[in-house]
Parts: sequence; structure tokens; C-alpha cells
Amino acid sequence: MDKLNFIYPEIFISLSIMFLLILGVFKKNSSNLINNLSILTLIGTLVLIFNHPFNTNLNIFNGSYKIDFISSYMKILTILSGIFVLITSSKFLKIFKIFQIEYSILILCSILGMFVMISSNDLIVFYIGLELQSLSLYVLASFNRDNIKSSEAGLKYFVLSALSSGLLLYGCSLIYGFTGTTNFNEISNIINNNQYGLTFGIVFILAGLAFKISAVPFHMWAPDVYEGSPTSVTLFFAVAPKIAALTVFIRFLYVPFINVIEQWQLIIVFLSIASMVFGAIAAIGQKNLKRLIAYSSIGHMGYALAGLCTGTIEGVQSSILYISIYLVMNFGFFSCLFMLKRNNKYHEDIDDLSGLSKNHPLIALSLLIILFSLAGIPPLAGFFAKFYIFKAVLEQSMYYLAIIGLLSTVIAAFYYLRVVKIMYFDSEKEKFDTDYTLGLKFTLSLSTILILFYFIYPSKLVEIVSKINII
Amino acid sequence: MDFPILSSLILLPSVGALFLLFANESTTTNRQTIKYVALFVTFLNFFISIYLWYLFDNSIFDFQFVEEKMWLKGFVNYKVGIDGISILFVVLTTFITPLCIISVNNSIKYRLKDFLIAILILESLMIGVFCSLDLVIFYLFFEGGLIPMFLIIGIWGGDKRVYSAFKFFLYTLLGSVLMLIAIIVIYITSGTTDIVKLYEVGIDPNFQNLLWLAFFSSFAVKTPMWPVHTWLPDAHVEAPTPGSVILAAILLKMAGYGFLRFSIGLFPFASEFFTPLIYFLSLIAIIYTSLVALMQEDMKKLIAYSSVAHMGFVTLGIFTLKQQGLEGSIIQMISHGLVSAALFLLVGVLYDRIHSRLIKTYGGLVSVMPKYSILLMLFTLAAIGLPGTSGFIGEFLILMGAFQDSFLVATIASLGVILGASYMLWLYRRVVFGKLINNELLKITDLNKSELFILSCLALPTIFFGFYPEPLLNTIAVSVSSLIEMYNYNLTILGNNSG
Repeated sequence: MDKLNFIYPEIFISLSIMFLLILGVFKKNSSNLINNLSILTLIGTLVLIFNHPFNTNLNIFNGSYKIDFISSYMKILTILSGIFVLITSSKFLKIFKIFQIEYSILILCSILGMFVMISSNDLIVFYIGLELQSLSLYVLASFNRDNIKSSEAGLKYFVLSALSSGLLLYGCSLIYGFTGTTNFNEISNIINNNQYGLTFGIVFILAGLAFKISAVPFHMWAPDVYEGSPTSVTLFFAVAPKIAALTVFIRFLYVPFINVIEQWQLIIVFLSIASMVFGAIAAIGQKNLKRLIAYSSIGHMGYALAGLCTGTIEGVQSSILYISIYLVMNFGFFSCLFMLKRNNKYHEDIDDLSGLSKNHPLIALSLLIILFSLAGIPPLAGFFAKFYIFKAVLEQSMYYLAIIGLLSTVIAAFYYLRVVKIMYFDSEKEKFDTDYTLGLKFTLSLSTILILFYFIYPSKLVEIVSKINII
Repeated sequence: MDFPILSSLILLPSVGALFLLFANESTTTNRQTIKYVALFVTFLNFFISIYLWYLFDNSIFDFQFVEEKMWLKGFVNYKVGIDGISILFVVLTTFITPLCIISVNNSIKYRLKDFLIAILILESLMIGVFCSLDLVIFYLFFEGGLIPMFLIIGIWGGDKRVYSAFKFFLYTLLGSVLMLIAIIVIYITSGTTDIVKLYEVGIDPNFQNLLWLAFFSSFAVKTPMWPVHTWLPDAHVEAPTPGSVILAAILLKMAGYGFLRFSIGLFPFASEFFTPLIYFLSLIAIIYTSLVALMQEDMKKLIAYSSVAHMGFVTLGIFTLKQQGLEGSIIQMISHGLVSAALFLLVGVLYDRIHSRLIKTYGGLVSVMPKYSILLMLFTLAAIGLPGTSGFIGEFLILMGAFQDSFLVATIASLGVILGASYMLWLYRRVVFGKLINNELLKITDLNKSELFILSCLALPTIFFGFYPEPLLNTIAVSVSSLIEMYNYNLTILGNNSG
């Protein structure tokens, strides 16, 4: 029982979910209350995570659950994205008349699933977490159920995701069959290079995980789901599952299989190159901002994977740094999206941004900074994210990967510039509404300031991330 | 030096920009106030840099006013400092920027505040480029300049501004990403990105050629050298007058400065190896772009092509690797900074009045715009490199350096001087002399006070340094000779080591 105190955050979330569900059922018109209580729950969980020391490295429940620095760090990122989604989305949901109690509860459920994924040190635990988060996400994607696109998004995500979960499960069973265990540490003790069945297992699991982070060629669902889901859910899609899946990627590759790196390195390199290049090229023709950000996120996952494929701790750290900065940029970008409202209708096309800089100079300036940061132009935060990735990649002498990666940033710069062009160079349209909620203003200004002034003191984040030690 | 004078030089314009961000530009008085604030900031910066030049000790070859602060822990330090070469570029930057701000009255009709913010931020970044003593810091400033320039061309530019802005941005970015790879590789192989330390440690000769090429790809685009110069005419033609001025006078110099500081300083072996390539490209740039300039109908385009030719001289001079050649290149860059700025302003003067940049629109201006004609004459002659103007000193020294190295190269380059004279004088003849055919020109007014002020400010140093280049030469002499010494030393040491 003494080990239970390490999973207080998980326990607290589970209890809160049950409590909020009951409260929501018995109290009428309580969606606002539930929403606020969910935010409080997340803040409480944050406190509980900060409550126990970060430098622990514990395997609990027969080594199937791991509490260490990386799990705490990634859980904090997940919670921050959860809080952000909840504070920005209430107004959006009210306008769509889908502000129901289930929304915040589902987000909490999904975050619980992500917690389990992040901490899992065992194939079965990991799969349970994955399914918990995915099932919540299916429902969230189709949350605007009267809208045909939203239903399509949910269904599409469900079918494809179920398929990938199947592949993943098949991979797990292969690995179990060849090693006789599902625990990551034990697998690493047993494996040797000559087991081809094991390689198949790795490939199947990687395919399943690549689907979750929408890496090419498992990205097909992303643009449609991003476009169809309600924007607040799209935001959640864009950040939270990627944090969790990336953690699992790291744990799965670096704990049991680091010694057979030659078996999986090329796969990751391929996923990475394909995502970077495809994400950059396919985004050029997009007209919808949400589709654009979907392709952009495919590209960004390519960069995160580039750090992963190095097989070094620096590579892992650079990937985590990348995803942290990517998170902030997405917060900013979606805050801007939430502000494009005219007469209670949200505008999502790139052309709607036309002349934004004249009507709403501050939003346009923030979006400009965020877009240049996404493109990786110095001295904004996005540059540092890429810089560390390429440093890690070049340390392993993978020159081709770095060159392809950097060339694809030039291609990607084109479509970011196109948005900037429409905002700044084109003539203005009607003004948008200016009744932003306080939360929205706060997140937009915070993320913009973080991105813009990151270069003044960049060491802190690097210092935190460099404490991560996985092996 | 306790007071961080260089950092304040870099930061001051940005702080000014931050102030302007919250200003209101709804009324004319407000617009005037905003302009005066920007002017005040840039003039203050100019005086600081002059004071810096005054404090600067010519006889030391080390970097001076060095500031070093921990930045990326254990990896990159924020390190700035200047030597005889960079001080001149810093002063040039702080000198040109206020003149640009004075000139906005005529050329920037809308969104004045945003324009001034962009110019101020650009100034910060440009000063940063010339001061930085760390490769990563340099890259940060070098690339950061793309954002404001992209906006300047794109928002306040002419009809094809979007195309030009994109071309400018993507060309430069494509060149620079390879440099970023090279910087990281240097860090991995040498363990530092601090230029001063790298000068001491040296870089493995086996890597030098590739690294040199990576840096070259960035600088060649920015210089611009043939055949990657095509973005420049577009960018110049579409940019508003102050934008063209900054682009020609300062942004192009960042690449020349980069060649001096990095290509020669860090990669002596590769520089030696690739000198023929640079000669070849420079000569093509000088001859070919001069010929292209002859055929231009658009004045701004003509001057843009002449910039490419002049920068060809600069790269030629740098890679002669002789004292005279290097000194000539630096003076040529400073002189081109003054002259091309003035020429673009002069074209801007006509464009503001008649809204045409085509040469055939004009003719016979001498009778209606006497002051204008005199100043245009002066700067045309300076662009040609007539003795008595700063252009002469630069070209003369470059050719002197080139003759020491290769007779053939120098001869061909000299032909470029003749071509330069022909297209500039022909332009002058067509615009200023001849009959006044166009009736619109009868109503044209001569230079107003602010234009006269700006152009006189540029004319004075052009003539002064033409007759008396000592202050410039004294400032750079020690730094250049130590650069060449170090170059030759490294060449022999490393050459002996690698066999």
C-alpha cells in the first residue's frame, strides 16, 4: 500500500471523474460548473505531481508502472494542455450549443489514459492507457454530432485508430511470444539480435504508435479529423495525444530495444523524413487553417522523430524540448483561431485572415510571431527547438537527415509565409468580434511572449529537459 | 569597459520599437511624434556608435569592448565585440538608418508606425550581425533580419511585392539553412562556436571545404553573387525607397562581412582552394551584370544590377587575400553603402513625384531640377569610381590587390570599371540631359529640404573619404593585417601538419 502515494495524481483524477459524472447527472444545467471543477481537478493534479520529488526513479506494481522525471515532466505538459483546452473552449462550445457536461469529463478521462501511457513500463499497461485515451478521443472528435463533418471525423478516427490498435496489439503479442514477458525491463534483459519475430513485433508496434502521432505514412486521418472536429477538440488532438505517444515511443524504443537499435533506427528515420517532407509539401495547397495546422503538425512530428532516431539521450532530450515548444506554439495558434469569430460564427479559412493586421493588429502580430516560430526562423522559440534536434542528429553524423530536415523547413516556410502574406499584404475584410474571454487573451499573450522572448533566457528549459534520463 | 556599450547599441532600437508598438497613429501630429521618437532613437544610436569609434583603439588587433554572458548553458555564450572591420559597418548601419527614417515622409503613405517598428528592429539585428563573436549568435541576427525585411517589401512594396518578398525570403533562407548545419558541425568537431577560440584552435582541414561551401551558399545568396543574384533586382524594385536603401547599403554588406570574418578567418585552406571559383563568379558578376544593367529600362533595376557588379568587386578583393585587396573591399563596401543608398534615394525622389521608374519617362531634368542634377552627377561619378570619391579608393585598392595575384583577373575586372562608367553615364545622360519631352516634368519640383539634407549627409562622407581615406584605412589596417597574418600562418601550419 505504501506505493500508492506515487499514483495519487491518477487516483485523484479517477475519483474526480466519478464525482463530476454523478454531480453532472444529478444537477441540471451544470456544464459550466463541471467545466470549472474540471479545471480545478487538473490544477489539483498538478499540485499532486509537484508534491513528490522529481528525481525519483521508481518501478511500482511489479515494475509495470514507472515514476521518473520524464513521466512527471510529460504529465505536467499534458495537464497544461488540458487546462488550456478547458479554459479556452467553453465559449466556443456554447456558441455551437454543445456545451455539455460530458465534454470536460471526457477530456479528463483521456488525460487519465495519457497518464497511464506516460508512466507505463509494460505492454499491457501501456495498451490499457492507450485505449482509455483513444476511446475518449473518438467521442470527442464527433462531439458536434449534428454536424456531418464532425461525425465523419469521429467515425474515421475510430475505424482507423481501431485498426492501428489491432496492429499494435498484434505486435505486443509477438513480442510476448518471443520473450515470454511484457515488462520493458525484462524484455531488455532477454532479447538478442537474432529473433526475427521480435523485429516484426517492433515494426507492428511502431506502426501503431506512428498512427497515434500521425507520422507519414500513417497520417491519412489527421487532416480530416482535424478539420471535422470542433476546434477545441482539434487543439486537444494537436497536442495531448502526441505528448503521450511520444513518451511511449521513447520508453518503448529506449528501454527494451535500445540494444537492437539497428533494427528500428531506419524505420524511425524513414518516418521522420517522410513526415517532414510530406508535411511541408502537402500543406502548401491547403485553404483551411485547421487542415493547414494538421499538415504542419505532421511535419513537426517528423522533427520530433528525427531527435528520437539518434539513439542518444541528447536526441531524446531534444525531442522533448521540441514537443514542449511545439505545445506553446499550438496554444498560441489555436487561441488566434478562437478569436476569428464574426456574428457567432467561427471562420476557419485562410482567406478569412485577409487584412487581419489592419483590423486587429495585435492578434495579427501574435499570429505572425507564432507562424514564424513554427517555421523555425530565429530568434523565435521554434528555432531553438529545431536547433537542438539538428544538433543531436548531427552529433550522430546523420548528415542526410539534417540536410533533408532543414531543406523541408524552407519548403514549410512557404506556407507559413502565405498565411502571413494574407494577413499583412492583402486588403482587409469585415472586422471580427472582439468579445474575447479573459482566458483566451491570457493564453494568447502568454504564449506569444514566451515564444518571442524565449531567446533571452533559453537555458532554463534546456536545463530542465537535460535532467531527463531514460536509460 | 564596464558599461555594456555594444549591447546597448544593439538593444536601443528594439526598445524604441517596443515603445512605438503602443503608440497611436490616428492623427497627423501623432504620426509626426512617432517619427520623431524613431529619429531620436536612431540618432542617439548614431552618436553612441561615433563615440564608440572615438574610443576604439586602432593599434590593437584583438576584439575590443568584448562582452560575454552565459546564454545556452555550456554550449553557446552571448559574446559581442568589435575590431577595426566591424566598427565601420556598425557606424555605417547607425548612419544610414536615421536617414531612412527621415525619408519616410515621401515614400511611406500608410502604416507609418509599423514601418518604423520594422526598421528599428532591423537596425538592432543588423548591428548584432556586425558585433557578434559567436557563430550561433551571428546566425540568429543574420536570419532574424529576414522577418522585418520580408514585411517591409511585402507591405509597403510595389505591384509585384508579394512575389518579390517571397523570393527574397525563401532564397535567403535556403542559403542559410546550410550554414546552420555547418555551424552545428563546427561545434561538434571543434567543441565551441566562439569565433575567437575557433581562430586559435583552427578547423580540421579535411572538413574545411564542405563547411566553406555551406557558409558560401548563405553568403553568396546574400551578397548576391552570380548566379543566385536574381532575387536582388526584384526585391529592390518592389521595396519602398527606405527598404531599398537599407537592403543595398547594409544587408548586402552582411555577406561581405561574413566572407571576411568567417570564410577567410575560419577556413584558410578552403578559401585558398576555392579562390578560383570566387574569381570566376566575381568576374562573371562584374561583366555580365554590367551588361545587363546597360539594357535596363527601369532605373531601380539598373542600380540593383550595378550593386551586383559592385559586390563582385568586393568578393574579388576579399579573395585576393592581399592587404590592399581586403582594405579595398572594405572601403568599397562602405562607399557602396553610401552611394547606392543615395542613388536609390534619388530614384525615389523622382518616383515620389512622377510615379514612374522608367528611364524613358524622364529627360532634360537639368533645366527643372538643377540641385537634383548636381547631386545625381556626384553620386553617378562616385558609383563609377572617379578619383576624389570614395568609390575610387575602393576600386583602386581592389585592382591593386588583384594585379598582385593575377594579371588576367585584374585586367578583366578593369573592363568592368569601363562598363560601369558606361551604364551609369548613359543613365545620367538619358535622365538629366536631352530635351524635356514629357510635359508632366515641367511641373516637377526640385529637392525639398529634407531630401537635400539626407543627400548632403551622404555626399559629404563620399567626397571626404575620397580625398582623405586615412580615417577608414587607419581603423581597418591593423585588423586586416592580422587577419591576413593569421590566414597565412594557419595555411602553413596546417599545411605542414597534413602533409
